Amino acid sequence: MNEDRRYIIRGIILLIGIIFLVKLFSIQVIDDKYKAAAQNNIIHKVIDYPFRGLIFDRNKKLLVHNDPIYDLMVIPKEAKLNDTLAFCELLDIDLEEFTGRMKKARRYSYIKPSVFEKQISNKQFAEIQDKLIHFKGFYPEARTVRGYDFSSLANVLGYIGEINSRQLSRDTTNYYKSGDYLGITGLESSYEQFLRGKRGIKYKMVNARGIDKGSFNNGEQDTLSIPGENLTLSIDIELQRYAERLLDGKVGSIVAIEPSSGEVLTFVSGPSYKPSLLAGKKFGKNYSMLTKDSLKPLFNRPLMAMYPPGSIFKTLQALIALQEGVITAKEKIYCDGTLIGDHAPPGYYDVHKGIMLSSNNYFHKVFRRVIERDPTKSPFVQGPEGLTHWRSMVNKFGLGQPLGVDLPNERSGLVPGVELYNRIYGKGRWKYSNISSMSIGQGEMLMNPIQMTNLAVIMANKGYYYRPHLVKSIGETGFILPEYQEKISCGIDAIHFPPVIEGMKDALGGTAPRAIIRDIEICGKTGTAQNPHGEDHSVFMAFAPKDNPKIAISVFVENAGWGGRAAACTASLIIEQYLRGEITRPWLEDYVLEGYFGD
Amino acid sequence: MRGDRLTDKIDWVVIGLYALMVFLGWTSIYAAIYSEENASELISLSHNSGKQLLWIVTSLLIIIGVMSLDYKIYSSFSYIIYGISILLLIIVLGVGTVVAGSKSWIAIGGFRLQPSEFAKFATALALANYLSDINIKMSNLKTQLIGTGIITLPMLLIIIQGDTGSAMVFASFFIVMFREGMPPIYFIVGFGLIFLFIITLVVSKTIIFVVSGVVILIIIGVSVKHPKRIIITLLVGLIIVGTVTSVDFVLNKVLKDHQRNRVISLVNPDIDPLGVGWNVTQSKIAIGSGGFWGKGYLQGTQTKFDFVPEQSTDFIFCTMGEEHGWVGSLVLITLFVTLLIRISWLAERQKSRFARIYGYGALSVIFFHFAVNIAMTIGLFPVIGIPLPFFSYGGSSLWSFTILLFILIKLDSERMNVLMR
Repeated sequence: MNEDRRYIIRGIILLIGIIFLVKLFSIQVIDDKYKAAAQNNIIHKVIDYPFRGLIFDRNKKLLVHNDPIYDLMVIPKEAKLNDTLAFCELLDIDLEEFTGRMKKARRYSYIKPSVFEKQISNKQFAEIQDKLIHFKGFYPEARTVRGYDFSSLANVLGYIGEINSRQLSRDTTNYYKSGDYLGITGLESSYEQFLRGKRGIKYKMVNARGIDKGSFNNGEQDTLSIPGENLTLSIDIELQRYAERLLDGKVGSIVAIEPSSGEVLTFVSGPSYKPSLLAGKKFGKNYSMLTKDSLKPLFNRPLMAMYPPGSIFKTLQALIALQEGVITAKEKIYCDGTLIGDHAPPGYYDVHKGIMLSSNNYFHKVFRRVIERDPTKSPFVQGPEGLTHWRSMVNKFGLGQPLGVDLPNERSGLVPGVELYNRIYGKGRWKYSNISSMSIGQGEMLMNPIQMTNLAVIMANKGYYYRPHLVKSIGETGFILPEYQEKISCGIDAIHFPPVIEGMKDALGGTAPRAIIRDIEICGKTGTAQNPHGEDHSVFMAFAPKDNPKIAISVFVENAGWGGRAAACTASLIIEQYLRGEITRPWLEDYVLEGYFGD
Repeated sequence: MRGDRLTDKIDWVVIGLYALMVFLGWTSIYAAIYSEENASELISLSHNSGKQLLWIVTSLLIIIGVMSLDYKIYSSFSYIIYGISILLLIIVLGVGTVVAGSKSWIAIGGFRLQPSEFAKFATALALANYLSDINIKMSNLKTQLIGTGIITLPMLLIIIQGDTGSAMVFASFFIVMFREGMPPIYFIVGFGLIFLFIITLVVSKTIIFVVSGVVILIIIGVSVKHPKRIIITLLVGLIIVGTVTSVDFVLNKVLKDHQRNRVISLVNPDIDPLGVGWNVTQSKIAIGSGGFWGKGYLQGTQTKFDFVPEQSTDFIFCTMGEEHGWVGSLVLITLFVTLLIRISWLAERQKSRFARIYGYGALSVIFFHFAVNIAMTIGLFPVIGIPLPFFSYGGSSLWSFTILLFILIKLDSERMNVLMR
């Protein structure tokens, strides 16, 4: 009977063998998760961060470069500190912070590295480097941070920051990973895809202790990083610094453009900040300091501030009236100060004299002719019809819409339309007299400073412009984005420009005598934008020289009174500096730097 | 009639299986520590693969020794051998070297000897000698007690050393007792208790109480006319309640911390995959990543890069599984199953009871090692550090399995002489 028990024993042996084979079949052949886990175990993806593109000015002067910094990485499995306190002291953190960070790292992965301390500066790293080797499981990884050669152009260059979850979810190309840095504003943002370069990835095999065991698959899947494209800006850094100096201590903006190309030569937003404040480890602290500043240094005024243009708008009004044929250049219209307050004396005015003396009453009458075209209709019908047509012509000057500058956050300004006035006064209940203040650039009309400079460009070019842009060329090949090569017409025939330009040339003698430069013919127009909240804003728009213009400029100084003083003098100095390379009127420079523009 | 020469009388199937397994074992040890930089020095004695070669060569000498001794020595000296090995187990408690938490090694020169390995075949011999007596009846309680005593004496000593894994091996000798006629009720009760213990870990106690309560009530209900059956059922119920409630006590008071963790991580490996469960997690990853055909010889990454611990000793199967895939697993398991059934077949053809019982002793030890080792690497059993016979690195273990197996081959080759006695 006991002999039969051999079969039970053999049966059990066979059964165990079969159980093993079935279980093994399930984990070896059917279940894929172990293969993935094995890859995960050994393959350590090492990201080869590319160098971000450098930024130069138009004369190939280096503006932005990359400085080395270090991220301190930790592998929790390896991290065994004998002296945690000493380690905390080294990094200047407290014990609580340390435990918190370690917990976070462990949550991410026990065997994979994660960042323990971000952006240790080169200098600090040199100090702690020697001691760092005593702490197992921690190692530095080299990264870069933006370095600035000039303390200028902060709002143009923008800054770089760690990608946030919203940006990550918007990234449909899946290029970015959590923890990546990208341009947040300025050129860093708008040229991000050129500047960032291409990340390389090295697949390395590591053993259980994270020690490198050579490349995976002989490096066949590895990719090298490709540095980002360098940018050459249209900015002239010397002119930029000079303009920033002139605007120092004031609130406003200066934008100068080369009319023949639309290249921005100078782009000042005042007050500004040091670009290095927003690079590196102190970012958070400095950023909150800047946002709390009541003068809003992060507010990029040339693109984001919107002001009533004031009298500089008269040049555009004259052109539209001429193009529409409601006046002729030589037609003389009698004006006295009855319609609207005026600094210009009573008398007969034509286009030239109207611009030269900035006659409010003349343009009040001209604008009425543009708006009211059909005397058979009621003024309440003519008003909206005329406004609609006029508005479409104004839009062609790039107003009431973003110009398409290669910087983010450009505002469109405001060219009021029928709907706006319907809302204010009610439909059919307003006529020319309700909108007449726009004839002289007041009222609801709003422009941002770069649109003002662009108006000067149109004057200089007699009827066309290129979209203003700050990048002259991209990369080795000198590539230029096609949208900045397109010549855009403003819809006014060139023959209508000379009387306006002559008026601008002679305007300096009438409204801004201080701005006159011997031997350089400046065509300009002052403006004094009424400001219900305080002192008027000083505006000046100009181009020079009159023949073959090289520079168009607008200067806007908030609360500085008459355009003929602060703004015109500043513009005059910049024009001279750019065209001549020197300043012949130190007294004028002192006047502007001193910043007292009262009587 | 076959000749009198030894080569004609020994079982070449078992020897062939043995040789194949030792060879595959050595290639796996080589693979486990192989890397391109150290490929040429792996034969040297500074590496496990080199040392294992030495153990294999010395095993050949042991085989020659075992085969040339008179076969009668094994039965007549069995108690002496058993006594010596018990003595060694006691000595090791005094002068032993502690390795990995257990004091089970005697250091002689540069090498270390593990007396518990040799206690295995010594116990097999002693048990065979005792049970082969003509007057022995397995159904006799005294026989059962003495047999159990022979098994549990070395077991207790090894537990005192702190090597619970090796001690558990001795429980496998109950297979021998079973074959010789020990009443099945012991095994039913034994396995029942183990089953209950595991179930308690997985399922909540309330469920077990409710389910077993309902079953007991039903049985009582249908057997109103058999009071004896009711008493037995109630007794079983009492045992169930006792076992289930004692689980926590056993877990917390009897088992050591690391043992408890291993038991818990078996039931729920995801509790702490990188801590307690690390070994099993990594071992399963290594084996599981092998796929059907494996990654190829010397191409394994998990074992070589040290993700698997003890990859040339207790977890040597991981190397096979990773590099040769399911096909490799199939080969290895087929080799073991074939060997075990062949041993059973050899044992059954013995004319002498001593040889047959000894054969089942060898079978029990090898089977237990094989089953538990593979089961622990694939997460079917708690991790207890016992080697895979013939494959795992280690002199003591290879020698003891060689002796264990070749005594049987020697006895088998002399089976015709028994008749003439």
